[in-house]
Amino acid sequence: MARISNEQLAHLPPDAAIQFDDRGYLRHFLTINGVPREALIQILDTAESFMTFGEREIKKVPLLRGKTVVNLFFEASTRTRTTFELAAKRLSADVINMNAARMSTSKGETILDTVKTLEAMHTDLFVVRDSASGASHLIASHLPEHVRVINAGDGRHAHPTQAMLDMYTIRQKKGGFEGLKVAIIGDILHSRVARSQIHALATLGVDEIRVIGPRTLIPTEIEAMGVTVTSNMMEGLSDIDVVMMLRLQRERMDGQLVPSEQEYFNRYGLTEEKLKAADNEAIVMHPGPINRGLEISSSVADGERSVILSQVTNGIAVRMSIMATLMGGTEGSR
Amino acid sequence: MRLLIQGGRIIDPQNQIDLTGDIAIEDGCILTVGATPSGFSPDNVIDATDKWVIPGVIDLCTRLREPGEEQTATIASETKAAASAGITRVVCPPDTYPVIDTPAMANMIRDRADSSGFSHVHPLGALTVGLRGEKLTDMAMLMDAGCVGVSNGLNAVENTLVMRRALQYASTYDIPVFLTPQDPWLTGNGVVHEGEVSTRLGLPAIPEAAETVGVARDLAVIETSGARAHINLLSCGRSVTMVAEARSHGLAVTSSVAIHQLLLCESDIGAFDTQYKVFPPLREASDRTTLLNGVRDEVITVICSDHQPHGADVKLAPFSEAAAGIAGMETLLPLTLELARQGHFDISTAVATLTCNPAAIIGIDAGHLSVGAEADICIYDPEQIWELQQHEMVSRGKNTPFLNRKIAGRAVATLLRGELIFLRD
Repeated sequence: MARISNEQLAHLPPDAAIQFDDRGYLRHFLTINGVPREALIQILDTAESFMTFGEREIKKVPLLRGKTVVNLFFEASTRTRTTFELAAKRLSADVINMNAARMSTSKGETILDTVKTLEAMHTDLFVVRDSASGASHLIASHLPEHVRVINAGDGRHAHPTQAMLDMYTIRQKKGGFEGLKVAIIGDILHSRVARSQIHALATLGVDEIRVIGPRTLIPTEIEAMGVTVTSNMMEGLSDIDVVMMLRLQRERMDGQLVPSEQEYFNRYGLTEEKLKAADNEAIVMHPGPINRGLEISSSVADGERSVILSQVTNGIAVRMSIMATLMGGTEGSR
Repeated sequence: MRLLIQGGRIIDPQNQIDLTGDIAIEDGCILTVGATPSGFSPDNVIDATDKWVIPGVIDLCTRLREPGEEQTATIASETKAAASAGITRVVCPPDTYPVIDTPAMANMIRDRADSSGFSHVHPLGALTVGLRGEKLTDMAMLMDAGCVGVSNGLNAVENTLVMRRALQYASTYDIPVFLTPQDPWLTGNGVVHEGEVSTRLGLPAIPEAAETVGVARDLAVIETSGARAHINLLSCGRSVTMVAEARSHGLAVTSSVAIHQLLLCESDIGAFDTQYKVFPPLREASDRTTLLNGVRDEVITVICSDHQPHGADVKLAPFSEAAAGIAGMETLLPLTLELARQGHFDISTAVATLTCNPAAIIGIDAGHLSVGAEADICIYDPEQIWELQQHEMVSRGKNTPFLNRKIAGRAVATLLRGELIFLRD
């Protein structure tokens, strides 16, 4: 299992460093930021070995047998929670799903109260989703050494397992990362998926990352993350190998960030016409759920370039891989 | 009762004094500064050799949490913390529960301070009723009840006409008005400075313009109202430039900065560390430099603690939901003088920002060591190297990013009206 050297560890930003133990092994998976390339590749390689499991008669391996996994979702999710549940079950873990509502003030049970109660029941791994950026960091920093945390999405900050299944899908369809030009399109500002994708793509060494959207949806100083910004979709798609669409939440359509669905689709909706600007072999990705006719046309979403359903399938293997990696259950581990 | 403070370095910026000598105190007032009068026989002598003797510190922005949040802190607990940090006067904003918008509330706070306080407590009255930014308070009567100025706390007065009238009305009675300018729409639900860190961490951001738009508006309104305005808690470098320009044109506006803004910036937030969550937010390193230069150039004439004690639980939350603020009183004097000793500004400038300058803003005769003045004095040991430890903090609030920080120098004794209210072991 890949580990990070003490020297590398010392140079990581604090939000990245917290996910490594003192020997440099991945302990939590909270953000892609700071995770070395070798560790990401290893997660993808391990996922590959899990890919055929879903087609077997007996879809289980005993890697997490006797372990308790709690899916702690403070924010609604069907797809992500389901794939985490399946991933844990295929690794033979005992899985509890908690769709917990929580108070956002100091009144009532806090997020840490909930986590500590569950930890007292000897949970080994928490999979956490919350609407507040940094929630999984908060939880990870208040749990005992042996308890692991996977971030299943925290506010606008990170969604590292989604980014990893996207990377898996890119490698599966494109054979690797070198030389690739990737465009991420839409609501970058509110997107935890985009932030994790950018960290992953930069670490894995693609040739170029472009983010495309109206200025209201591009966060300030995003260039510092290693991307170029354009607001012109046709220009931004030129020569692109991988088109990563983002979901535009309908609640953002308040007339201030984007004037109307029509205008948004006119400028940034992915149509077959616009896709022509990209490379002939370009693939189209979307983390789902899709807003058809808002950010992507049905003909593209269901078209031959779309790899959206592969992303879903790959999600289970990639999440199995990450769980196994953190729990030290892979071959040749510690 | 006669007291002699012997052999200290006496720094009194108001009287342009920086000399080594004695201070003789009789009946709570300063009798002489420099040489001891012949025949003076003190009941008590404090040896101040190698120590600095400065006026008692006046902290212009201190939340005491009483009334309304006594479970967090009280006037007694926080003024005791003040005394232990060389602070003899604290000014508390009106955003208590209930709000200080009636003379009765102001009287109550002064009564409680008189009975349980270790230092003087000066309340600020509310600028508008309930801090809602709609209706003016009975400002003149609030001043009669002992308020030293009016303020809308951290609540923006959205309606500029209300702001203008509030300033005009305050100017009628020459009432100091404390403002923390912001455009509430641009502040929105932001929790950190808009920049590289907010983008990387995905935290709702407060752009620089949230403050500069507020400063620009308030300066324009101050100019037409003739009010004595004090802009509290600047965080942006560009705000300093704007205040400097207004002052250069003769506008009698003063400004202050919280000590943490002179030491920290946005990147210190690290892994969502809520101890660094403050309002206004920590900005960029370049803003910090401009703020430091603003103190050096005397554009910013006050450094305050912006003391906000919190219970541990309200900081143990995701960053965007955690309470903002630092329990900063106990580090105000040591960190300010540390910056001066590092050369960011003069020592006399630093002492002035903590003593005579804040006194002038609230119009009280304090913050100096003149003969005849009440002996509110702080004795500071520049040689003491110490680390801020949670269990040693006097404030009920232990929320500070400066824990375990090595600091050079601290208060070792505090006198209020000639009485020793604090003496470090």
